[in-house]
Amino acid sequence: MAGEAIIETEGLTKTYKGQVAVDDLSFQVAEGEIFGFLGPNGAGKTTTLLMLLGLTEPTRGRARVLGIDPTRHPIQVKGMIGYLPENLGFYGELNARQSLRFIADLNGLPVRTADARIDEALTVVGLESEPEKKIRAYSRGMRQRLGIAELLIKEPKVAFLDEPTLGLDPDGTQRMVALIEQLSRERKMTVVLSSHMLSMVQKMCHRVGIMIHGKMVGQGPVEKLAQEKLGVGTEQYTLEEIYMKYFREALP
Amino acid sequence: MNGIGPILKKELADHFSSYRFAILFALITMVSLITAYMVGLNIKQDLAGIAKPKFVFLMLFTSRGAVFSLVQFVAIFGPLIGLILGFDAINRERNEGTLSKLLSQPIYRDSVINGKFLAGVAMIAIMMVSIVLVITGLGLNLAGVVPGPEEIWRIFVYLVISIVYISFWLGAGILFSILFRSIATSALAAVAVWIFFSFFVSLGASVVANSVVPDAADGGTQAVVKHARIQAGVALISPMELYTQATAAIIDPTRKTTRSIVLVGPMERISLSRFSGPLPLGQSVLLVVPYIITLIAISAISFAVSYAVFMRQEIRSV
Repeated sequence: MAGEAIIETEGLTKTYKGQVAVDDLSFQVAEGEIFGFLGPNGAGKTTTLLMLLGLTEPTRGRARVLGIDPTRHPIQVKGMIGYLPENLGFYGELNARQSLRFIADLNGLPVRTADARIDEALTVVGLESEPEKKIRAYSRGMRQRLGIAELLIKEPKVAFLDEPTLGLDPDGTQRMVALIEQLSRERKMTVVLSSHMLSMVQKMCHRVGIMIHGKMVGQGPVEKLAQEKLGVGTEQYTLEEIYMKYFREALP
Repeated sequence: MNGIGPILKKELADHFSSYRFAILFALITMVSLITAYMVGLNIKQDLAGIAKPKFVFLMLFTSRGAVFSLVQFVAIFGPLIGLILGFDAINRERNEGTLSKLLSQPIYRDSVINGKFLAGVAMIAIMMVSIVLVITGLGLNLAGVVPGPEEIWRIFVYLVISIVYISFWLGAGILFSILFRSIATSALAAVAVWIFFSFFVSLGASVVANSVVPDAADGGTQAVVKHARIQAGVALISPMELYTQATAAIIDPTRKTTRSIVLVGPMERISLSRFSGPLPLGQSVLLVVPYIITLIAISAISFAVSYAVFMRQEIRSV
């Protein structure tokens, strides 16, 4: 791990009605890296992201995002994190510009700054050509890119992307990957993304964390996990093999 | 309050551009026009035998036209308006996935319901004021009645009470939208509650009174009074009854009590007939203060419950 830890958790635990969703989770994400959050459905990835955002209170343990405790100061933290939820919703009757304007208002941006950022964000995600089109008529890929634009309006230091490529076609997926890599490279944005598209994660993430049943069973650069799980000297490996190995081991 | 401004702005824009509001507004305009027209025509006949009629302007709102007076209309259908404005406030956002996006912005969670509630109250205020203005205008035209200063004050107080009353139902609607995930369920619950309070409670009140005092008719004065008291007490469960009581004395200056039965002996009868002049506004307000306070209190309670439930709800299930 290079650079300073921008996100760190210590013994973070969340239980819902006696069921453990996140179990004693400790991990760190360094500034500027792309961290891949892997794990089966219901492993507690989204819950972890929500705790880091201050939207859900942890049962035990603590978290720090940019040095701030999100449970105590959720407003401050939410102002610095861009969050792309898994089931991203939009107000269908608005167009892209109106939707972005609303987000800018909620973030308390002055009109001038907001205008400039809206134009920029629309260009970055490639939605500048149809400013009047209602979001209702958007395709899945366009919606997802608009979600990224909404996140860029805040100029966040950290971005949480929950399944950013879910349901996208191959072309849309590639555009999304290129976009995320561009943001990480050009803006030094720290990205935490959860995904099931392991080849994509392997390609773009600096480090990954594998979460199963609320526990982080392995974390580090993909090469390191490959060495640990598949043995030294394995030249040809995929993240999928590593993941499945972890997954089988975690099963009772 | 962080975020309340933008949410209020957006909600108002949504209300103004929604079909729901257009239909609602058309309906209300229609009803107020019909009421005003009927009343305007009847009012001349009503006043034919009276030498010096007082507070004619207020009669525009209280006298029955073809079916009901405006005051009755608001008592019964006002709740429906409040509920319609609020029943899908939160669950629509939840179902469309916009709530988690909204809450991941740097705003307080309560700003969401505060903004929505205020926008609804603003809509209600606009609606009520325009209805009253329509009726006033038509009254001027059809019956030639000009409101005096006291009448204008009375109408103002009436408007405030009505807005509080409908806002209570708006708060109830928002509460349903928080409690129920499904918009259809929340709409159904809202209608059920409306029917319960508008029709069931008044029916239930007489049933309860009849069972407690079965032979009120031939049981003498005591029994009659007891029967009436019980009936009025039970009926007060309904916010509708509270509203009707609160506005009755305001809009009708000759009303001197909120009781449904007044026992009159020979001396009282003389004094009543001698001092049959209208009450001053201050006295009328004093008469209904308990009702007004209760109305405000239940509005506050319904909003506080929404608030508490919404603040405690897990985001995960949002």
